[in-house]
Amino acid sequence: MSDGDVAIVSAKDDNKDATSGGVNRDRRYFLIQATSAVAAVGVLGAAWPFVKYWTPSAKARAAGAPVKIDFSKLVPGEMLSPIVAWRGKPIFVVWRDNQAIESLKSDTSDLADPDSLNPDQQPEFAVNAWRSVKPEIGVYLGICTHLGCSPKYVLTDNFEASGQGGFFCPCHGSKFDLAGRVVKGVPAPDNLQVPPYRFVSDTVIVIGEEGTA
Amino acid sequence: MEKSKTQTGPTKLESAMGWLDKRFPATETFEYHMSKYYAPKNFNFWYYFGFLAMFVLVNQLVTGVWLTMNYVPSGDGAFASVEYIMRDVEYGWLLRYLHSTGASFFFIVIYLHMYRALRYGSYRGPRELLWLIGMAIFIALMAEGFFGYLLPWGNMSYWGAQVIVSLFGAIPFIGPELMEWIRGDFLMSDTTLNRFFALHVVALPLVLCILIFVHLVALHHVGSNNPDGIEIKKNKDADGIPLDGIPFHPYYTVHDIHAMVVFLFIFCGVVFFAPEMGGYFLEAPNFDMADPLKTPDHIAPVWYYTPFYAMLRAATYPLFGMSAKFWGFVVMAGAIVIPAVLPWLDRSPVKSMRYKGVWSRMMLSLFVISFFILGYLGTQAPSKLGTIMAQICTTIYFSYFILMPWYTRVEKTKPEPERVTG
Amino acid sequence: MKKFLLVVLILLPLTGWSASTNNWPMEEFDGDLENLPSLQSGFQLYTNYCLGCHTLQFQRYERTADDLGIPHDIALENLVFTGQKIGSLITNAMPKQESKGWFGAAPPDLTLVTRVRSPEWVYNYLKTFYADADRPMGANNKVYPNVGMPNVLLDLQGIQRQVCSEGNCDQLVLDPGTGKMSAEEFDAAIYDLTNFLYYTGEPTRLQRQRTGIYVLLFLVFLGCFTYLLNREYWKDIDGH
Repeated sequence: MSDGDVAIVSAKDDNKDATSGGVNRDRRYFLIQATSAVAAVGVLGAAWPFVKYWTPSAKARAAGAPVKIDFSKLVPGEMLSPIVAWRGKPIFVVWRDNQAIESLKSDTSDLADPDSLNPDQQPEFAVNAWRSVKPEIGVYLGICTHLGCSPKYVLTDNFEASGQGGFFCPCHGSKFDLAGRVVKGVPAPDNLQVPPYRFVSDTVIVIGEEGTA
Repeated sequence: MEKSKTQTGPTKLESAMGWLDKRFPATETFEYHMSKYYAPKNFNFWYYFGFLAMFVLVNQLVTGVWLTMNYVPSGDGAFASVEYIMRDVEYGWLLRYLHSTGASFFFIVIYLHMYRALRYGSYRGPRELLWLIGMAIFIALMAEGFFGYLLPWGNMSYWGAQVIVSLFGAIPFIGPELMEWIRGDFLMSDTTLNRFFALHVVALPLVLCILIFVHLVALHHVGSNNPDGIEIKKNKDADGIPLDGIPFHPYYTVHDIHAMVVFLFIFCGVVFFAPEMGGYFLEAPNFDMADPLKTPDHIAPVWYYTPFYAMLRAATYPLFGMSAKFWGFVVMAGAIVIPAVLPWLDRSPVKSMRYKGVWSRMMLSLFVISFFILGYLGTQAPSKLGTIMAQICTTIYFSYFILMPWYTRVEKTKPEPERVTG
Repeated sequence: MKKFLLVVLILLPLTGWSASTNNWPMEEFDGDLENLPSLQSGFQLYTNYCLGCHTLQFQRYERTADDLGIPHDIALENLVFTGQKIGSLITNAMPKQESKGWFGAAPPDLTLVTRVRSPEWVYNYLKTFYADADRPMGANNKVYPNVGMPNVLLDLQGIQRQVCSEGNCDQLVLDPGTGKMSAEEFDAAIYDLTNFLYYTGEPTRLQRQRTGIYVLLFLVFLGCFTYLLNREYWKDIDGH
């Protein structure tokens, strides 16, 4: 096939018919496509380790392993201090008194998502008025859903109407109630996140594991 | 993509290219360097290594950037961070082996690339500057490899770097101060590691990339040499296209891509099945952390420096009032830079070994053999016989260069053909 | 010339340096990373007899348990003595500075010992301890003469003595009945322990080799296409 007087034929410049100047353009076209396709698979395969490399390493995963929190020293109306970190993020554990629990059920008119309809913000078990397993113990990720600051725990008067406490973010003024539900008209779009957790005993929870115990 | 329809104005791609070309010489550059760069049609096996060197460079850059993300440049953290990459980081082992194996393959490819130049006289005019830039790349690469070798902070890294830095102590008068200046300390330390890290990761890669760019610009300006060592630009057709030239793209692109796949097969064979390469690519003592109080039983640089290291050790006599250590340094430095003057040593009327005489062929063969023997000797513990062998081989190594003006003139050469041969 | 280059490139790796420098006739060691029971038993021996002094500070319990097919709760119960978490590095509580005083040098970390010394060295080292009253720890070693470490496996192996004839001391003889294990059991135990250390030297070895096969097969496949593409284009060129 290669004999012939044509020394150089660029397939691109030649668009007469499929086999001009001894060049089988269909075959050439097919080979380019096939080689490119196989090579593309190779490039993707080669890129994979580089992408995977960025995922949390065994060290990060070990550091982000479930943490036990013992809140036996916590008293009603207070938040656990010092704040415990899970995966480097602050975990808020609050003990709500009866009055507060009642208020969570009734004072919902100011809230953006009182019924916890956004499924990304809590595990299934926390879709209830107090967003927790036990009404009195609230467990929330202390990261404002606006831009990631850590809100402050406010004992009282976070809400003018009820006089109840809650969480207040000093960065941009977002407010959350004692169940971490965001108030309407603040920059934060969503309720505070509820991490997966389970009770090991009455006063010990494990953050990062779900289940009933 | 049946494009044999009637021409109905520019396609979307064509008009996009038109927009781009008005603002950036995209098509022009592509044509100048690829589709209208005419390379001799008789390239053979030896002409793959320039492209492969570029490929290995990209591998080193990409894996290097990724490794830097988890590497800790400190005496306490370096060794552990490498093991962290090898174990805890997803696919860290692969990226590390790609980088460590890539370093060795870089030198394999570059040595073959340089041998090609010796074989076909690619350093001869009008390519003297191209050759000099290439030599600068070679030296920069040796420095890059040297700095990088310290980073794992293994015991071999540590003592290997210690020995090489000590070489500078052989320089009269300023030696000891120079050593302290290089290390930034009285021994190889954290400080040394940090500056080597900066040079390895930022400075030298930048220098290498610039030099390689300039190397390519120079190459495409003078045009490639070929196994016949004749200028294809002497015979052009009516359009000014060399009769023996073919467009680099697509002909040598498809050629080089296939070569790359074959190369990758060998490369990956090593990466996945023998990353230590019997202790040559990754040495056993380097799995021990650097210990300033304990030298490994047998210390030698990585294989790609061993020919020069053997020459360093071959200098055993003090001369002219200077110590043997000083002469060792001179011999080694001389051996590294002497190829730079090749364009002015070769007086042969022909360029390629195909048409040179028996002397040139013999000297090149001896040169290559002695280079291999030196490389082997450099990996071995010093011995009496080894030193004598190294001295003989060092003499041959330098004779190849120093006697070249003589033997290239006296030997009988064959006539060069008018046009390239297959 | 080409052939010469190839021969040299192929032969080069065969001449790599060996790690040991003494004359003890080394027994061969052939590691098997797919033999999980062996690795598990090696891990257990390590935590029982070695970990007290020698850390594996680059290796994590979790990864080891996963690679060796040990469920986490069983590993935590039986192998993690120090109250560490499953994700922890395998370390011990021995203070480095003080241990230097006890043994003359801090007991080295052994994560990479098989890569520094070779698995064969470790295997022979562990088998060639013998009673030597002249040594401070009462034991000496054939592969590592005048070693600063006591024979911690003494109760398993029993008392081994060196027998010399005509100045040649290349023989070790066991006092029968002095160890908990028979000679065969002890050899198997040392094999497992060495195999485990062979694993910790490079825990990704199996993954590396398995991935490698796919990569090479892919490259052959891709190579067919690039070969055909290259040949197709070069049909244009005279003389090809």
